[in-house]
Amino acid sequence: MTATLIKTARLALVGNPNVGKTSLFNALTGLNQRVGNYSGVTVEKKIGQVKTAERTVELVDLPGIYSLSAHSPDEAVVMSVLCERGAYDLPLDGLVVLLDASNLERNLYLYSQLLALRLPMVAVLNMMDVAQDQSISIQVAALSERLGAEVVVVNAAKRSGIDALRLAMDRLLNHPQLSPAPLPEFGHDFTSERQALSAWMAGRGGRVWSDFQVERALIDQGGDAERQFIQQFGPQGRERLAAARQQLAVTPSLAAHEARTRYAWVAERLEGVFARPAEPVRTLSDTIDAVLTHRIFGFLVFVGLMALMFQAIYSWSTPAMDAIEGLFSQLGSWIGAYLPDGVLRSLIVDGVIAGVGGVLVFLPQILILFLFVSFLEDCGYMARAAFLMDRLMGQAGLSGKSFIPMLSGFACGVPSIMASRTIENPKDRLATMLVIPLMSCSARLPVYTLLIGAFIPAVTVMGLDLRGLTLLTMYTLGVFVAIPVVWVLKRTVLKGEAPPLILELPTYKWPSPRVVLQRMWQQGRAFLEQAGGIILAVAIVVWAAAYFPHRSEIGERFAQQRAQLVEQKAEAAAIAQVDAAEASAYVEDSYLARFGKAIQPAFAPLGWDWRITTGVLASFPAREVIISTLGTLYSLGGAEEDSLKHALKASRHEDGRPVYNIPVALSVMVFFALCLQCASTLVVMGRESGSWKWPLLAFTYMTVLAYVGALAVYQLGSRL
Amino acid sequence: MIKALFQARDHFQGRSCSLADLRPGQRAIVTSVTGSGLATQRLYEMGILEGTEVTMVRVAPLGDPLEIRLMGYLLSLRKAEAAMIQVASP
Repeated sequence: MTATLIKTARLALVGNPNVGKTSLFNALTGLNQRVGNYSGVTVEKKIGQVKTAERTVELVDLPGIYSLSAHSPDEAVVMSVLCERGAYDLPLDGLVVLLDASNLERNLYLYSQLLALRLPMVAVLNMMDVAQDQSISIQVAALSERLGAEVVVVNAAKRSGIDALRLAMDRLLNHPQLSPAPLPEFGHDFTSERQALSAWMAGRGGRVWSDFQVERALIDQGGDAERQFIQQFGPQGRERLAAARQQLAVTPSLAAHEARTRYAWVAERLEGVFARPAEPVRTLSDTIDAVLTHRIFGFLVFVGLMALMFQAIYSWSTPAMDAIEGLFSQLGSWIGAYLPDGVLRSLIVDGVIAGVGGVLVFLPQILILFLFVSFLEDCGYMARAAFLMDRLMGQAGLSGKSFIPMLSGFACGVPSIMASRTIENPKDRLATMLVIPLMSCSARLPVYTLLIGAFIPAVTVMGLDLRGLTLLTMYTLGVFVAIPVVWVLKRTVLKGEAPPLILELPTYKWPSPRVVLQRMWQQGRAFLEQAGGIILAVAIVVWAAAYFPHRSEIGERFAQQRAQLVEQKAEAAAIAQVDAAEASAYVEDSYLARFGKAIQPAFAPLGWDWRITTGVLASFPAREVIISTLGTLYSLGGAEEDSLKHALKASRHEDGRPVYNIPVALSVMVFFALCLQCASTLVVMGRESGSWKWPLLAFTYMTVLAYVGALAVYQLGSRL
Repeated sequence: MIKALFQARDHFQGRSCSLADLRPGQRAIVTSVTGSGLATQRLYEMGILEGTEVTMVRVAPLGDPLEIRLMGYLLSLRKAEAAMIQVASP
């Protein structure tokens, strides 16, 4: 090994949740990070480069875990990466174990398991300031001896001790040593049974398991190790495993035995080296908690925060969204001026530019929501929000962690589905994602406003404006439908043990602006990279369906009209009308409208005519499109709200009946309330859940519900 | 009121009750944890074992879940899980 060679090595950063891993990772890697997913699972993969004095180290930031008893996908990934050399192409040279000084007892539980992995380790002690607040005393040098590893004290948030850690990493890699600390002893019976099982496994071939992995298979009932064991050894394996557990029938269970053994080991390691006052010191964090989880004040603060967040997503993003739409519209006109009339121009202006604008317009809402979510997570409040809302969400079949994602769904489903990654339990996460689209998002509002404004009379019912009441009903409709949907999901597609809510409430801390902004930026970027392309593709497909065949006969017909008007020196308004009529004729002749007219009979029972059907079809990629599509179909050039309202009211069937009445308006609104008409939502749901079957399921069940709902409303409404 | 009397009697007679029965501010020692599923394993891993001292901190405003302090950190549990944890006065 020459000194000029830059050696690369790989270390994994492990630790409990809420110990400052992200801050430490950022402090070590700076901006040299990439975020992705572990192949085949929706677990975030974070790898960064650390430049130490002697080398560049690749650092894998593993998800925070309390124990290596893998039940959830996160834990399964961590166990694979740590226990199987080369899993996910990440062979490790050592571990950086981050410990919370104020919580050392519980943190060392994981440490005791990591020791068994026989990897060189360096221990990092963070949050010494919190420990000090709690009047905890730690003798670091002695602790280092007890743990058999170098202990580096850092303050990840303040970025102190980082250089020392880098040096320690170099030392670790230069002289890799295993910790001489004694491992927890599980007793002779356990060890011999485990050895017997290992021998049995060796005799049957296949992947070789380490002692630690065999232990996990024995202890974790229903865990990932057991699953892999049965996968490798079949029904015989299941029997053999059960027999081994039977032999070790400890009261009350193997899991209890393990916990007892490990915590006894922890107590022994910490004896004389770590001391906590007998009476817990009341810290500032405790005082804040007393307010924030208070019956009354806690709720007030919670409601206030939620209102603020909602307001932020709704209104603060509006100027930015308007700016983006305006910009792209300008860009479209500008480029359009340079291109000759025709397919290419329409493709570029109405397809590509409008499509890209349609993707970017989501960015402000995503960034704002994640600014809030990251802030609340980093300071420790998110856990309290889940704590406050758990009972309420439990009635609906979910847990408190689903509250914020679902609430933000009322603003926009796209960032909300992304935000549901804070829900660790996969089934709860999926259930939440699948019902978020039922929360009436801001894109539905123009539809509601238009139809309510045009058709619901401004009367007062019991002191409340009927119009406002209708709007409120549309919003709550989604919530009420969501409850039985979750109920059904949990009993069919997402069947499984209802997970307990065992949630740590971390100490409050000042959120780090770096961490918050970075997480916000990462989400925005992930959306653009992963969803942007597909959404754009869908926008272009829909553009094509609404543009082609674009027959020249239509153009010729209107060209004649226009020429006549020009000869007669008619007003600009008259010519504009011809332009609008021409646009309408093109769309009416398009494949999209032809399809709309073809399936029209299916929607007749809902009280719709072909224009409504076509408009609804056109709005499947994005709801707001119905406004402009209807505008075009009614030959209204600029789709101003008032002119559209008039057009709707004046619309007649061939037999003279008005197309729109209250039941029709309601049926359209109910359809919009319950239908998933948003390509972006589907794409994001697919990415976040890791499979296209979930957005497919969401789309299907919601379309069915929307159809049935609209049908029921129209049929009942017209009989009243 | 009656329940409180019975609880007081239980405590006086050294009988245990569950974590779910504790009042805010009360301290107790875990005597046993029932159940054998995933939830129980999680409880053990988080440190809720025979002999661990826990303090009941508060109940959420809506009545569930509970918040307890143990080993210097705060843990939130539903009453359903707390009922599986038998405790006795220290």
